Amino acid sequence: MADHAVPAATPSGVARADASGPSGPKPRHVFSRRNIFLYGTLIVVAVYYLLPLYVMVVTSLKGMPEIRLGNIFSPPLEITFEPWVKAWSQACTGLNCDGLSRGFWNSVRITVPSVILSIAIASVNGYALANWRFKGADTFFVILIVGAFIPYQVMIYPIVIILREIGLYGSLSGLVIVHSIFGMPILTLLFRNYFTSMPEELFRAARVDGAGFWGIYLRIMLPMSLPIFVVAVILQVTGIWNDFLFGVVYTRPDTYPMTVQLNNIVNSVQGVKEYNVNMAATILTGLVPLVVYFISGKLFVRGIAAGAVKG
Amino acid sequence: MSKSERPNQIFRNLNAKIASIPMVLTALVVFVGGTAWTVLYSFTNSKLLPRLNFVGLDQYYRLWATPRWLVSIENLLIYGVLSLVFSLVIGFLLAALLDQKIRFEDTFRTIFLYPFALSFIVTGLVWQWLLNPDFGVQSVVRALGWTSFSFDPLYNSSIVIYGILIAALWQGTGLIMCLMLAGLRGIDEDIWKAARVDGIPTWKTYLFIIIPMMRPVFITTLVIIASGIVKVYDLVVAQTSGGPGIASEVPAKYVYDYMFFAQNLGQGFAASTMMLLSVMIVIVPWAYLEFGGRKRG
Repeated sequence: MADHAVPAATPSGVARADASGPSGPKPRHVFSRRNIFLYGTLIVVAVYYLLPLYVMVVTSLKGMPEIRLGNIFSPPLEITFEPWVKAWSQACTGLNCDGLSRGFWNSVRITVPSVILSIAIASVNGYALANWRFKGADTFFVILIVGAFIPYQVMIYPIVIILREIGLYGSLSGLVIVHSIFGMPILTLLFRNYFTSMPEELFRAARVDGAGFWGIYLRIMLPMSLPIFVVAVILQVTGIWNDFLFGVVYTRPDTYPMTVQLNNIVNSVQGVKEYNVNMAATILTGLVPLVVYFISGKLFVRGIAAGAVKG
Repeated sequence: MSKSERPNQIFRNLNAKIASIPMVLTALVVFVGGTAWTVLYSFTNSKLLPRLNFVGLDQYYRLWATPRWLVSIENLLIYGVLSLVFSLVIGFLLAALLDQKIRFEDTFRTIFLYPFALSFIVTGLVWQWLLNPDFGVQSVVRALGWTSFSFDPLYNSSIVIYGILIAALWQGTGLIMCLMLAGLRGIDEDIWKAARVDGIPTWKTYLFIIIPMMRPVFITTLVIIASGIVKVYDLVVAQTSGGPGIASEVPAKYVYDYMFFAQNLGQGFAASTMMLLSVMIVIVPWAYLEFGGRKRG
């Protein structure tokens, strides 16, 4: 890593190298006690973290008789994809027996507009806060940030009333609005910090050239802030897809997002428990954020770090 | 910037103000308004519909006399303290291990962090399955020959909260590790060199030099964990539905059930106000230091 290279390049490093022969860290043996302990611990912990995923996959590929007899950690003797098919298209929640596919498409129809709307609002907000400060703007911003820590339970019911008044309670659009509201603090913070870090001259030059608020946003800020938009999309897609509370409060059974439907399928008290179908359904629900996570890699880390620590 | 040039303050920055309307509405109507509304109605005897029939602190007296609420608070305290301590310790240890210039760092980090991408519902359901006494860890260990082995946290009301804690730690420690790792990477390499030159053992360097230097990271992490703890809801719903009996109830679930099932809005509002109060005790001093302090200095 870069850390190793830098000290050697500094004058003192060079001088020391001249004075005392070879420089750089002492070469370590691959099987030193330190390494065995270090990698041993890391591997044990990694196995622990991977185990639930492994058990999920293995269980979902077994038939029910095998599950009843065998051990949850053993690989399937006979691989069957039937539980997956059943989870996707036949599993029952209440009276609907069309499987998780309904919840999946509901979640898509919730997530896509919510991500777009929340990011559009928050990026413009962040831009206004960074470059066009007006009196009182910071006050609202502080309210917004502190508001992010208020337990949702405190605001759930007033929002039910507001949505009912404007006729959106129980609809997907209502839920989209809710997600945009609760995504706003963190995203606004993210964008504000990003735009603040951009060179001020850029903004001034555009002003001199006569560009206005929207002109600068669309033609200068937007094209230059692609990385932060990607981070925001990752943050929001996983956050909104994984939401349960808002889904259960603001939608009806036929518009339930995937997480709510999954919980209803698995924790339903009626019928025989089909653990393989349950696990297939669980993987299916976790698949979207997992794919986002594995594809985005370091950007995901950046997203949550940016969301968590003030930049 | 002389004032005479721009006599009308309202139209100054008009576009920025228009663009900020959603933020202003969210801040004022939802965050401030909604919170004030809930607090106000927690002093009423609203049942099915919110009504302004003030009954003073009655809802709060009833709340604190309800066994289910007391169990919820007790669970939250146990879960909160343990998850705070364990998240910080495990998160820091994992970060310190990853910071030893090891190979495959990215692979290990990816593995430790992936549960964080999963929802609490998925987490809860996986661990419900793993901790299932008939098929899960208990039955596997028994099948190995230790027939008296007992590990059924989800069916034993005295330890059920630890079953939830296991799942929560599995899901959340990766994030803490990442935050800590970022903190460790932010520490000047020279500090390490100086400590090495002085012959200070590594663990001592961590304990007495590095950790005190990472104070801001620890405070931020603490706030994140603490505000997450109070909100814990989905995990319990998925893993135990509050059971066995009421043994794993948490305040957030109490609020939801009273608002939307028991049709006892007043109780729900009072309970959620208590949640707000507990968060404020943590947040207000922190926000004051972070925002209030900076503006002045």
